[in-house]
Amino acid sequence: MAQTDVHGPPTTKAGPPGPTAPWAAGPDRAFTRDLRTVKVLWRRETIRFGRNKLRIAMGMVTPLMFLLVLGTGLNSALSEDSLRDFRAFLFPGVVLMSVQAPAIAVGASIVWDRRSGFLRQMLVAPVRRSAILVGTCLGGATSGAAYGVLILLLGPVAEVPYRPGLLLVLLQVVLVSFAFTALGVAAAVCIRRPETFQVAVSLCMMPLFFLSGAMFPADGLPGWLGAAVRLNPLTYAVDALRRTMPGDGSAAMGDRAASPEWWGWTPPVLVETGLIAALAVLALAVATRRFSRVE
Amino acid sequence: MSGRTAVLVEGLRKTYGTHEAVVDLDLSVAAGQTYGFLGPNGAGKSTTIGMLCTLIRPSAGRAEVAGHDIARDPDAVRRGIGLVFQESTLDGELTAEENLRFQADLFGMPRPLARRAIAELLDLVELTPRKDSPVRTYSGGMRRRLEIARGLLHTPRVLFLDEPTTGLDPQTRVAIWEHLHRLRAEQEITVFLTTHHLEEAEHCDRMAIMDRGQLVVEGTPAGLKGVVGADLVVLRTGDDEEAARSVRERFGIEAEAGADGVRLRTPDGAGFVPRLCAELTVPVHAVTVTPPTLDDVFLHYTGRTIREADGPQQPAFGPRR
Repeated sequence: MAQTDVHGPPTTKAGPPGPTAPWAAGPDRAFTRDLRTVKVLWRRETIRFGRNKLRIAMGMVTPLMFLLVLGTGLNSALSEDSLRDFRAFLFPGVVLMSVQAPAIAVGASIVWDRRSGFLRQMLVAPVRRSAILVGTCLGGATSGAAYGVLILLLGPVAEVPYRPGLLLVLLQVVLVSFAFTALGVAAAVCIRRPETFQVAVSLCMMPLFFLSGAMFPADGLPGWLGAAVRLNPLTYAVDALRRTMPGDGSAAMGDRAASPEWWGWTPPVLVETGLIAALAVLALAVATRRFSRVE
Repeated sequence: MSGRTAVLVEGLRKTYGTHEAVVDLDLSVAAGQTYGFLGPNGAGKSTTIGMLCTLIRPSAGRAEVAGHDIARDPDAVRRGIGLVFQESTLDGELTAEENLRFQADLFGMPRPLARRAIAELLDLVELTPRKDSPVRTYSGGMRRRLEIARGLLHTPRVLFLDEPTTGLDPQTRVAIWEHLHRLRAEQEITVFLTTHHLEEAEHCDRMAIMDRGQLVVEGTPAGLKGVVGADLVVLRTGDDEEAARSVRERFGIEAEAGADGVRLRTPDGAGFVPRLCAELTVPVHAVTVTPPTLDDVFLHYTGRTIREADGPQQPAFGPRR
């Protein structure tokens, strides 16, 4: 940003006596400022997250239901030869599910901030709007990852042992929750009414989760279902998690390949992870573009 | 750039589609003044503030705030202004102190300086005892005070207050104004406020009346009232019709008998009453003399009272999706 009168006496004749605070006109590098903005927004989201203990507990209910009730139930109902451990198969999906809700909630905070006016208060600060969004997304990624860690701690229940490999999984969880937040933020920037946002989110999340290969193998499905699953970006997040996770989740459903295939080719984990990263960047770019527009 | 001008507006205009929210506004506010922007809802006050605060891009014209052009150097303008919006814009989950710290960090205030400023401002608005409670537990007046504190945190040269007392009870409203007056005494700051409460404009050094996106008139509150000039005299008499007729005949003053008595207007109401009582043949029960109010001023310049003009609430910052 162009700063003409950085040092020396104020050259502007305008304004009341007494210079503007010296730090305010200081040689503030754009990058330092962006970084600071990101940090401030991140801290706000994490403070808000940590303060709502009840919400944290509530957020754990659904994933636990899936893992412990549905997982255990299907485990005993399904025949031995088609399935070794459904819980092990389901586990990556449960992790994803636990990450998704808090990440989206952070995206939703933008909608509420708009309604409450807090957003406008931020917009009038001398900071870049993209930095506000990045900070918010990192806050969401952190909140999401915190849930992810809580669920990952339950790994042994689903025959996922504590191994150093879990750290890689954690990195993926952070990436996935960043992507979720970015998607939520993009939706929040485009949809301005909280009610509409809520409807849109709940309308999207259920199908996305069901079509992600979290609950059944992504390959060898009937045509229409297979196509939908392959088009769903979540499929690759679930699969990347499952293949990175220590233990035997991929083989837990017997001989059926759990991974999606592209014309007979199974994309490697790195490609799948790259897809999620690309999705996150795309969502962030869309959000920034819309968000930076001045009325 | 004119000397010691805090806000300078030239030909500012904002149109939304065919709706002209602000039409060719010219304005100049000297540094250190309290400047009131008066008008009914939807007159274009909030849109004007939005433009001056770099939140809304003007369709035409230019403006300089705190010495910087709003279009060319918005960041410098933002550093030079504090802002209190019409509606509460605090994070309810955070405490008062955290809300202030958030703002200080956004503006890049060095930590020790921020800590000191936050403590001082919490003292100024008398919120120190509650500084660690989440803001959602605050009353409307406390929130408003906190927002004013936040608006001042980065030592702006111009403080914008958009309807600072809307939605507050009269007692709190008085308290907020006490805070603002104390603030003016302690810091040399230009205060630019909008209101549709006429009595609040009385606190201002200068004021402007805005109606339908246009500046109708501008001056000191006393000056504007001087233009309208006449005091309102209301008489209660034994026979209002007879009294009104006498006033018309003997003093040549337009007088009307209404439900609340005989109403007439004259430049020196207090001086007129003794002569009036001496001349009237009907018994006079009571006399009230009211100096002109800003409502009269508004009526004089727009042909409507401000309450009539108060149409349905318009979106503060343009159309929403």
